[in-house]
Amino acid sequence: MTVLDIISIVAGSLMVVLGVLALNAKKLFNTVIYLSMMSMLAVVCFVIMRAPDVAITEAVIGSGLVTALFVFTLFAGKKAGGKA
Amino acid sequence: MKQIVSILLVAAIGILIFSALYFSDETLKFNEYGNVNLDDRVSEKYIDKSVNGNTEEIIFGETQNAESGSANMVTSVVVNYRSFDTLGEVTVLFVSALGVGLLLNGKRKRKNLKDAPNFILKQGARIIFGIMVVFGVYMFIHGHITPGGGFPGGAIIAASILLLYLSDDEFRVKLSAAKAVESTAGSLYVIVGLLGIVLAGYFLQNFLPTGTVGEVISSGVIPIVYMLIGLKVGSELSSVIDGFLTEEVEG
Repeated sequence: MTVLDIISIVAGSLMVVLGVLALNAKKLFNTVIYLSMMSMLAVVCFVIMRAPDVAITEAVIGSGLVTALFVFTLFAGKKAGGKA
Repeated sequence: MKQIVSILLVAAIGILIFSALYFSDETLKFNEYGNVNLDDRVSEKYIDKSVNGNTEEIIFGETQNAESGSANMVTSVVVNYRSFDTLGEVTVLFVSALGVGLLLNGKRKRKNLKDAPNFILKQGARIIFGIMVVFGVYMFIHGHITPGGGFPGGAIIAASILLLYLSDDEFRVKLSAAKAVESTAGSLYVIVGLLGIVLAGYFLQNFLPTGTVGEVISSGVIPIVYMLIGLKVGSELSSVIDGFLTEEVEG
C-alpha cells in the first residue's frame, strides 16, 4: 500500500463523512461550507487519479464559484424572510 | 427512520452499480484497472493521434504536423475530435446564463453586504486581481499544452471579478460589454466551425497547420477555440455573479 493509496482512502472516507454532515447540518450555511470542503477533497482525489484537468475545474467551480453563489443566495433568502 | 431508509437506498444503488460493473456477462464486462485491451477502444486512437491511420510515434517537442497537434490529450479530444460536444456544453452554459438573466433582469443596484469591505481586503484584492486575471488567461492560452483550458480559465476570470465585487461596494460589471464579448465569442466559435466545412470538409475540422507538438503556437484552431471559450465563459459567469450580487430597484 503506497502513500497515495492511503491519502486517497483517507480523502474518500472524509468525503463520505462530510457528505453525511452536510445532509444533517442544522444550519443551511454549514451545509454549504461542508459541500465546499467536500469539493476540496474531491480535488485531492482527482489529482491522485491523474486527472489534473478535472481537478482544476473542480477547484475553481466546485469549491469557489458555486460556494459563493450558494452563500449569496442564502443571504438573499434570509433578507426575504426565510429560514437560513 | 429516515436515515436508515436513506442508508439502505444508497447501499442498494451501490450494489446495483457494483454488480453491473463486475458481474455481468463477458461482452458488457467492465475490466479491472490495467486489464483493458486498449486496441478495442477508440480512445487509444485519440491518444496516439492515429484516427486517420498514421502510425508514427508522437514525441513531445519533435513531432510535426500530427493529426491533432495538442500535447494535452484531454484537449485534443475535447476541442479537436469531439469539438461538437464542446459547442453543446457552451450552449448549455449560455442557456443557464440566459435563465439567470431573464429571472434577474430590470433596473438593479448593488446589494448591501453585511460587513463593509475593510482595508486589508481592499488592498489585497488590488494585488491579487491582476495575478488572477493573468493566470486565467494563461490557463486558456496554454490549454493545449498544460492541464486546464477554456472552462477553468474563464471560471478563474469570473472568480477574480467576484473578488472585485466583494472588495468594492460600488463596483459593477458593464453588462452590455459582457454581453457583447459573450455573443461575439460564441458566434466566432460557430464561424470557426463553418470555416472548417468550407476549408476542410467537416464542421469544426482543424483547418490550420498543426505545427510542432508542445509549442505555444501549434495545433491549428485549438488555441483559437479555447480563447473564444475562455472569453465566453468568463463574461457569462461574470454576468451571473452580477445578477446574484445586485437587487432590484423598487418602484
